[in-house]
Amino acid sequence: MNGAGIIKGLVETARNFAGSYHDRERLTTVQYPEETLPPVENARTLPFLVYDGGDAMAGLRCTACMICEKECPPQCIYIIKDQARKPDYMGKMQLQPKVFDIDMSVCMSCGICVEVCPFDAIKMDQVFELSTDDRFAGLLFDNEKLARPNEYFRQLHKTEASEVDARREEEKRKAAAKAAAKPPLPGGVK
Amino acid sequence: MSARFSPPELAGTDFEHPLLEVSLGPHHPSTHGVFRMDAALDGETVVKLKPVFGYLHRNHEKIAEKCSYLGSMPFTDRLDYMCSLTNNWGYALAVEKLTGLAVPERAEYIRVILGELTRLINHSAVVGFLLQDMGAMGTPLMYAFREREKILDLFESLTGARMMCNYMRFGGCRCDLPPGWIGQARGVAAKFPLFLDEFEALLTGNEILKARTEGVGVLTPELAVNAGVTGPMLRASGVNYDIRKVDAYGVYGRMDFRVPLGERGDVFDRYMIRILEMRESLKILDQALRDIPDGPILNLNAKLRNLRPKPGEAYGRIEGPKGELGFYLISDGGPNPYRYRVRPPSLINLTVLEDMCLGQTIADAVVILGSVDIVLGEVDR
Repeated sequence: MNGAGIIKGLVETARNFAGSYHDRERLTTVQYPEETLPPVENARTLPFLVYDGGDAMAGLRCTACMICEKECPPQCIYIIKDQARKPDYMGKMQLQPKVFDIDMSVCMSCGICVEVCPFDAIKMDQVFELSTDDRFAGLLFDNEKLARPNEYFRQLHKTEASEVDARREEEKRKAAAKAAAKPPLPGGVK
Repeated sequence: MSARFSPPELAGTDFEHPLLEVSLGPHHPSTHGVFRMDAALDGETVVKLKPVFGYLHRNHEKIAEKCSYLGSMPFTDRLDYMCSLTNNWGYALAVEKLTGLAVPERAEYIRVILGELTRLINHSAVVGFLLQDMGAMGTPLMYAFREREKILDLFESLTGARMMCNYMRFGGCRCDLPPGWIGQARGVAAKFPLFLDEFEALLTGNEILKARTEGVGVLTPELAVNAGVTGPMLRASGVNYDIRKVDAYGVYGRMDFRVPLGERGDVFDRYMIRILEMRESLKILDQALRDIPDGPILNLNAKLRNLRPKPGEAYGRIEGPKGELGFYLISDGGPNPYRYRVRPPSLINLTVLEDMCLGQTIADAVVILGSVDIVLGEVDR
């Protein structure tokens, strides 16, 4: 019968319409500003810099090795090295960035800076409400604006942060053991 | 004998008759982005049609020649932004051929699972868009997008991004599946056939859809083969060519699935092929999610940074949801490719647009374009 297919289709539409009132499977819309979805652990938006301790600039893990600046596909990272050095978590003297800028309007959230960073200094944030009316200076983030404590990183990416913390603890312990073993006792037995 | 009124001669006769030239796009909502068709019309009939593209050109190939090998991986996401994971796969395959890196078995299975999920997303969305072009405003597209959301949730919990996944690496994948992911994926794959049944009840028997698609935009198998058309469009014309079967890349050799073929090569066949391919993808998904082994996900010899392949060339190709997606790389031993070329399926499938549209009405030309399944990010690069 001509028209039977249309009627069959309309039954389907009616089922979906009625179902959208009581079935979450059929209505997946979330009324965004009023309600939000729970955060996803692996989600990534834009990078931030991790620091340890209370002082953001003194505890910055970044050693200005320039790897992320070189590897960043859209070239949105800009680093200038500081001549002054500071000790890192293993007591080794490391360089630090004088300037660390990320142009957030250029960043494409690929996460390659995180993958290549050998110091676990840069990680991906999950913020997404960043709209501003100043698209040049307002989206050029410097190191003070980028710095976040390690606790923040733990909060966002629990699994990854616990792995990183365990690895750093292990390295710290090894470095301390090595440092303890290194200076030979004056006049001691060989 | 009085002079009688005689109607003016119509076009197609010997008399000169002006044709109406219509420029469809680049802002027209049915041209899937920034695509333009210059159509010459005789009444409503298309007598000439020129596809115009390049409005979304972003210099992808040249940027990739300046980037490191790793650096162009996130750019491949932006080629066909509906199916970023298959783009990743094609590029990773080309670099793996160039460097001779082997991929661990678990990573191969993950790639197959993600590739088939991507195919589900693409095909359900393209059917929705096709119906949108026919005037079914919204309903089928919204149903398709509702199901797509569930798969995007899987992508987000695994790769961190819903669309720009940047997940595959040379010699494996970036990170392992989070706990419980396989169970979630099984749940999505188990519910998807119900959606497909509903989708078919809504569409396949619909008389309007049949009237608008059957016999419209016929592509003969000879022309399809000569023009290099690949993917569902080629198979809708009845040519049995699926790179998953021909090359059996990844672990597709172990998967049991069939390749659906069309008979007439019209728009209805192209619609139906996509529905049937989704059903075959679900079969592959079931097998891959059942058989996925434990083990490493990245080759231990894989280098993330400072990849310098030996001088040589390689062509890696996969059966993307839209057709044969190929990456051709020439290395001169440096840190970036000497030449990087993408073979985009949408662009090459688009070249037969005029042949399919000639003699059809302008309203059908829009439907035919919808059945080609283009994404302008890939056409223009």
